[in-house]
Amino acid sequence: MTKIHVNGRDYDVAAEADTPLLWVLRDTLGLTGTKYGCGIAQCGACTVMIDGQATRSCQVPLDSIGSADIRTIDAIEQDGIGRKVVEAWVADQVPQCGYCQSGQVMAATALLKQNPKPSDADIADAMTNLCRCGTYNRIAAAIRRAAQA
Amino acid sequence: MNAFLKTDLSAALPLISAQGVTNLSRRRLLGLGAGAFVLGTLLPALRAEAQNAVSVKPGTRVPAFLVIGKDNTVKLLSPFVEGGQGINTGLAQIVGEELDVHPSRFEVECAPPGPDYAIINGLRLTGGSFSTRSSYEVMRKLGASAREMLIRAAAARLNVKPEALTTEDGQVVHAASSRRLAYGELAEQALALTPAENVPLRDPATFRYIRQPMARLDVRAKSTGKAVYAIDQKVEGMLYAAVQHAPVLGTEPQGISNEATVKAMPGVDAVHRLPGAVAVTADSWYRARKAVETLEVAWSKAPASGFEAVAADYSSSGLLAALKASDASGVSAEKDGDVAAAFAGAATIVDAEYDAPYLAHGQLEPPSSMARFNADGSLELWVPNQMPELFQGIAAKVAGLTPDKVILHSPMLGGFFGRHFAYGSSNPFQQAILLAKATQRPVKVLWSREEEFKMDALRPLSFSRFKAALDKDGRPTAIQVRTVGEGPMGRWFGVTAGSKVDSSAVEGIVEKPYAIPNRSMEYARFAHPVTIAFWRSVGHSMNDYFYEGFLDEIADAGKQDPYQLRLALLKDRPRHLKLLETVAKMSGGWKRGPYEADGGKRARGVALASPFGSETATIAEVSLEKSEVRVHHLWIAFDPGSIVNPAIVKSQVESAAALGLSAALFEELVYKDGVRQSHNFDDYPILSRSAMPKVAVEIVESGAPMGGVGEPGLPGIAPAVVNAVAALTGRHVRSLPLAKAKLGV
Ligand code: FES
Ligand code: FES
Repeated sequence: MTKIHVNGRDYDVAAEADTPLLWVLRDTLGLTGTKYGCGIAQCGACTVMIDGQATRSCQVPLDSIGSADIRTIDAIEQDGIGRKVVEAWVADQVPQCGYCQSGQVMAATALLKQNPKPSDADIADAMTNLCRCGTYNRIAAAIRRAAQA
Repeated sequence: MNAFLKTDLSAALPLISAQGVTNLSRRRLLGLGAGAFVLGTLLPALRAEAQNAVSVKPGTRVPAFLVIGKDNTVKLLSPFVEGGQGINTGLAQIVGEELDVHPSRFEVECAPPGPDYAIINGLRLTGGSFSTRSSYEVMRKLGASAREMLIRAAAARLNVKPEALTTEDGQVVHAASSRRLAYGELAEQALALTPAENVPLRDPATFRYIRQPMARLDVRAKSTGKAVYAIDQKVEGMLYAAVQHAPVLGTEPQGISNEATVKAMPGVDAVHRLPGAVAVTADSWYRARKAVETLEVAWSKAPASGFEAVAADYSSSGLLAALKASDASGVSAEKDGDVAAAFAGAATIVDAEYDAPYLAHGQLEPPSSMARFNADGSLELWVPNQMPELFQGIAAKVAGLTPDKVILHSPMLGGFFGRHFAYGSSNPFQQAILLAKATQRPVKVLWSREEEFKMDALRPLSFSRFKAALDKDGRPTAIQVRTVGEGPMGRWFGVTAGSKVDSSAVEGIVEKPYAIPNRSMEYARFAHPVTIAFWRSVGHSMNDYFYEGFLDEIADAGKQDPYQLRLALLKDRPRHLKLLETVAKMSGGWKRGPYEADGGKRARGVALASPFGSETATIAEVSLEKSEVRVHHLWIAFDPGSIVNPAIVKSQVESAAALGLSAALFEELVYKDGVRQSHNFDDYPILSRSAMPKVAVEIVESGAPMGGVGEPGLPGIAPAVVNAVAALTGRHVRSLPLAKAKLGV
């Protein structure tokens, strides 16, 4: 059993030490808001916040987590900045198919936590998640809106 | 865990009259509780593409249902599948406009398939940019009929004349006595009424919802991780399955050398042999995947290339060489004037060969499917799909059941772009059925991204040879095109060799608006062994690049400016002229360049396209960074005739433009030695934020019949970019993607 701390709750997880956090979240804890896209750190669909840092959960083995504070999209509206980001996403009508957007919202929330007034270059540096529907420009606009809210 | 209706609409189908709107409230069909007011209607039989000859049984129709509950809920069971194109919101706007209910209060879900494959004929289809335009009128009537019945019900209740009543966002109002009745309160009375014929529709001048940029219904759920996709489905007692497919399509598993070891791995339930694959079922997907990838499998020898079989020496470069070398006689796709005479009298002759590669869909949600056999003998499936009845029919065959025993759920799609049609072994649902049967448990199969790159059905590699005759003033007098290859329409809907032209192979080359009097386009079918697919904008995705790229070669050969040449060739085409002038204006006036900007040299290219009943004009601005093409701006003028939601239209055009740019710059799926050379997004790069240009979209409503919206933004991108690169470098790139062209200024 490994103890992990997700969205303010403690969970005991029975899974192999090398199991990626992504699959612990999705299959063991049933938190399916976090998405699988590539499994090799390319797409960012699996982005969560670990101790406030945007992290690709497909690359985080269970035994590396320890007592870290994990936040997923499923609890985004419990976070003040997360709520602002979601409102901006709605105002700018960002999602199309929506599949990448859990990861995009988490990456944007982490960015604004560290850098409340990001420049366009900061946004470009931080927001490297793929979107096959090409919503990149709307994502940038929504981050600028959230930064002003 | 799943958000889908467990209702069965099967009994309703024969009850809906072929014309107009039918009251189904009394039939208790929908399991929605007594007292709900239910109207059904039928959409015209869908065809995959307007001009395409998919055989449709006369009288076949697709149902839609409007349900008004006593609790004032308004639910629309839509015949289409939402996959990011905003169809649910658009339908709520159309029905809500006539019903007089604000679209934001609608719940819209994809209706389960009809029971009888024969009734539907497998032709309910979300694709071809067809959903909104095929359903617009019928959906308006559905809303208007319901409103008229609710008014009649209220008139009886309030003992007044219907004419004395109006409606106001979900309420019937009697202004004279200030009395109001909510639609829900009237549901019970309305369900006893017969729909009136010829209910008048609202005057478009008074539209409040249609043509408005209304917020999409699903945006909040999609921004908070609450949207439920196929991959998120879960049922009691379910096993997870992972798959390892044969490295070469058409080979079979023969021996597994370490089966016992793998069976003993943690959580593993069983090891399975499937057609062209092996699978492991386990108590979590990660364990199943680890186990299946540990399996050491001996595969049968690759057969010779054939349908769904790829030879061990198959390569995409070999196929392209064969397309070029083919002297198979073709069929005529378009013919006008006297081409031979025009060439004989030409001052200049231009010729060029264009090709475009195999492309993966790369939708971000990897394919999955869940299957469960129920105690009553039925099979329940959760499958990403764009054609419910067709999938239902195939599933029934695989399971050995009749189609009415197959309950198919069509979850929201994490991107589709043509990926979720039925493509034989490129779909996972057959595996889910076989595994559920073998394990006697519900099973969810998920393909890893790597398996998806192995099995995705591909946009076909394509080739066309162009030749044009120019007069002494540099004007084109004749154009001749030979297209060799295969399109998905022919493959999957049976347009066979010699009998007909496969529209999906030649669209974008034929029926151009340009006044070139002598034309001869021929098509020679050349089958691919590879599983080929519809891919966003289908044949237009490469053919508009070929044609518009070649048109700039004509302009250069005739010493004409490409924009001016297009204006001249379109002088009798006001719709196209307007678009061309609009896009030039959007970009600050046409200038080809090269010119200096931001410390570097830039240039622009222009292209037109006429996909799916819509028209587009696109201008791209590019520069070279080292030898890589950098696209700074895209300006797109878009005329779909008329629109339902400008915000959705704009976002769809932006999204299509991004995919078009991705394909133009980066994408190519290469076969070597029978095996695909891309495995994931690291070796199949797609457009990232860093390559995303500014995109400006302007909608022009010409009033022409409603065209498609989801796909038309794509085809103009590649030629506009390639033409801009030609302006900058003097080189017309005749083969995509640009990333493989060695460019230098
Ligand atoms: S799934 Fe983790 S980065 Fe793609
Ligand atoms: S919204 Fe579809 S992948 Fe980003």
